[in-house]
Amino acid sequence: MTTKFIGKRVKRNEDPRLLTGQAQFVDDVEIPGMLHAAFLRSDYAHARLLSIDVSEARKRAGVVAVFTAEDMGDDWQPGPPLVSPPPTVKDVIFHSRRQVPLVKDKVRHAGEAIAVVIAESRYIAEDAVEDILVEFEPLEAVIDLEKGLEAGSPLVHDDLESNLAAHLFQKKGDYEAAREKADLVIARRIVVDRGAAAAMENRGIVTDWDKKSQHLTVWDTTQAPIPIRNGLVARLGLSEHKVRVIAPFIGGGFGPKMMMFYPEEMLIPWVSMKLNRPIKWIEDRRENFYATTQERGQIHDVEIALSKDGHILGLKDIFLHDTGAYDPYGLTTPLNTQCHVMGPYDIKNFTSEVSVVFTNKTLVTPVRGAGRPQGIYIIERLLDIAARELGIDLIAIRKRNLIPPDAFPYEHEIIDQAFAPLVLDSGNYWPVMEKALEMVGYDQFIEYEQPRLRAEGKYVGIGVIPFLESTGVGPYEGARVTVEASGKINVATGIGTQGQGHFTSFAQIVAEQLGVAVCDVRIVTGDTAEFHWGTGTFASRGAVVAGNAIHASASIVRQKVLKLASKILKTPEEELELEDGLVRVIDIPHKSISLGELALLANPLRGAVQPGTEPGLEATAYFGPQYGATAFGTHAMILEIDPETMMLEIKRYITVEDCGTVLNPLILEGQIHGGVSMGIGNAYYEKLHFDENGQLLNASFADYLIPSATELPRIEVGHVETQSPLNELGAKGVGEAGTLPVPALFAQAIENALNNRDLEILETPLSPNRLYELLRPNEEKSR
Amino acid sequence: MSNLFDLAVTVNRVRYERAVEPHILLSDFLRHDIGLTGTHVGCEHGVCGACTVLFDGQPVRSCLLFAVQTHGHEVTTVEGLGTIDNLHPIQEAFHEAHGLQCGFCTPGILTTLVPFLEQNPNPSEAEIRAAISGNLCRCTGYQHIVDAVKLAAEKMRA
Repeated sequence: MTTKFIGKRVKRNEDPRLLTGQAQFVDDVEIPGMLHAAFLRSDYAHARLLSIDVSEARKRAGVVAVFTAEDMGDDWQPGPPLVSPPPTVKDVIFHSRRQVPLVKDKVRHAGEAIAVVIAESRYIAEDAVEDILVEFEPLEAVIDLEKGLEAGSPLVHDDLESNLAAHLFQKKGDYEAAREKADLVIARRIVVDRGAAAAMENRGIVTDWDKKSQHLTVWDTTQAPIPIRNGLVARLGLSEHKVRVIAPFIGGGFGPKMMMFYPEEMLIPWVSMKLNRPIKWIEDRRENFYATTQERGQIHDVEIALSKDGHILGLKDIFLHDTGAYDPYGLTTPLNTQCHVMGPYDIKNFTSEVSVVFTNKTLVTPVRGAGRPQGIYIIERLLDIAARELGIDLIAIRKRNLIPPDAFPYEHEIIDQAFAPLVLDSGNYWPVMEKALEMVGYDQFIEYEQPRLRAEGKYVGIGVIPFLESTGVGPYEGARVTVEASGKINVATGIGTQGQGHFTSFAQIVAEQLGVAVCDVRIVTGDTAEFHWGTGTFASRGAVVAGNAIHASASIVRQKVLKLASKILKTPEEELELEDGLVRVIDIPHKSISLGELALLANPLRGAVQPGTEPGLEATAYFGPQYGATAFGTHAMILEIDPETMMLEIKRYITVEDCGTVLNPLILEGQIHGGVSMGIGNAYYEKLHFDENGQLLNASFADYLIPSATELPRIEVGHVETQSPLNELGAKGVGEAGTLPVPALFAQAIENALNNRDLEILETPLSPNRLYELLRPNEEKSR
Repeated sequence: MSNLFDLAVTVNRVRYERAVEPHILLSDFLRHDIGLTGTHVGCEHGVCGACTVLFDGQPVRSCLLFAVQTHGHEVTTVEGLGTIDNLHPIQEAFHEAHGLQCGFCTPGILTTLVPFLEQNPNPSEAEIRAAISGNLCRCTGYQHIVDAVKLAAEKMRA
């Protein structure tokens, strides 16, 4: 397909506003008479709430109101479930326990909100929080996943028999039979710990209730404005057209802003209506560490069965998944792990059993990667161990097991995060891996570079990790495309945007159909007054699902344009072209009419039209895929480790990505760079340290280290395109891809660099300190 | 309040006179008192650098200063660099090199770079990375930012 706009390195439409401080973020909203909220949060992770005394806080000058759970009366109720348990799996156990707007009886994680102060300024509200007296009865905290499931463990939810939140079993083929035939069975315990999404913008919400018009406007840092609108309507008993939710410019999402409803999202609109005043609440960074969702904690007991030539015969994975204090997000994350633990490999026999555990820690919901990096880490670690034990090359064992190109669509016989059958739609994996090997100079490095550098006493290592990513899942998104009388195009879609470049990539899709400049397509995202059907920006699905809905709408508008122009220009549609904002007769360029003129003609003020005529050059269309499109990629890295400090330097970093049709290579590269940088943080710098009491020990940017410019390498990006057959654009998602293989890549490259047969890395995140600890017993042994 | 301070400060070449409480942070004063919301607040403990502004031409964390400390001084925020129709060369370079994604950290990076590029018109990649190492960005992995700074340096030398 020859394209004019799709696939081009188009500069972003949204940049000039963002670069000059003219883009509106939630905290930029100012409304006359606006009050400010601050929360009292629990210092304890697990404690019974005995009493709260807010009388002093209420007396402070400038304080307008203080609310506790008690003050909410019958309006106090837990949040709605965000994702329901999977209905199609046999014997699934799921105990739904949802977060509450304010703690009533028992605190279940440190940072859980107990009371909210509403005051004339944020300064006053924060000071008044200090006036509140709370009496707690501290309880033993549930922190460790295994201990949490032992008989006699304290309970996060007293009405349950144990801390088991959910249990899910999925299988394909017959693992036990495969194991019988195996030449080698490797069993390991692999542990993955928690990190934070740490978007640069904290969460926030501004609400404006107009009592006379009964209209509620909410500005929210959410990735899902429409579901927030729907939930508020249900909760507050308002009509859908009376609630407008706007997700304006958002300073990074990365998953946690997809969580809903946060307690503050339930509470602030309610308070606004109670007090009949606009209210603003902006989270601070410390609150973000305690109260914004996190991810990745899992413990896997996993077993892989192989033939002696390195073919995978089967995989069995029994794992624990930490969901934190509540589980509103259902089983999305552990399902993603189950669906990625087979990696891009042809595995016929598979058993996976997950037990989801309540703990006294911050809630867990997807963070960029969303369960997938854990799956990739596990299968890739096992293959590294298998290669070592069987004496097979690390690349060869992978190549041998990749799903072959003629096997697509490839059915995995289990269900995915959307509860749809896990089917890999398309792919051609080896060329991607081969390209990464070429780019990194694998053979050259192994044969010449590494021996030479080792001889100089340098600890240099290489890693190559392939991975797949299920993306672009349902249910659906929609869009409305309108040609305006100015000749510019207006597009509204329901998803929110958090920096992914939607104002540009979506405009390119429309420009392609309508022959206008990309800068003449104005995109509106995340405003329920503009478009009110949709779900949200998650699961690397914006470009695939909303992108195809926009493509479909623009295609219909194109047909309408051609039909009308054909009548006016008295020329058959086939002889017309859309170029430069005009409809022209091919070969007679002066015979033309502008899109703006056509838009006016399509909306006559007087006269008669054919019965059934719809006004305007406008169309609304939806796209909902049967199942997700699966992207593939390979990362390769060369690193050097300082054996004294365990600090490492990344010498080369390569990614090759196959995400189907590339809409805008510039934006795509940016997404990959960002994903990799978060992956590098996940792999070697970032870990949330909870102590045995559930206290987070590193709840600041001074202590929780997200990579800065000096830690990150230059990333070389290569592309291969295997278009998805599931959508017209042929697109697959890529937003999360960069994060997925990085922890596995670090483990492999570090082992390769240290070349110490006693070192077997079975955990992530690592850090210089942790690596030093892992090596220390070995050092002592060798003495 | 009885203890208001009569603050006079020049922000983006405009003189402001306001009676402020002494404990008001410069970041809050800029954003909420005089409506310059281009300066963003990411951590309020001086690490992330999103709130960086120029104080008599030098980059400072506006979340670590009280507004009253700027009395009699000059402050420049991102709004003082360029406009949508007339971008500063650094802003132009960020646009061309895709040096921003969500754009939340961007104002602090731009203000950090203004004096840096004045003092280092031809910086190396390592110097650029060191210069922005006090500005956290979660979206870009910094690579396109580094490219943008190189491009900006070229533009400003031309």
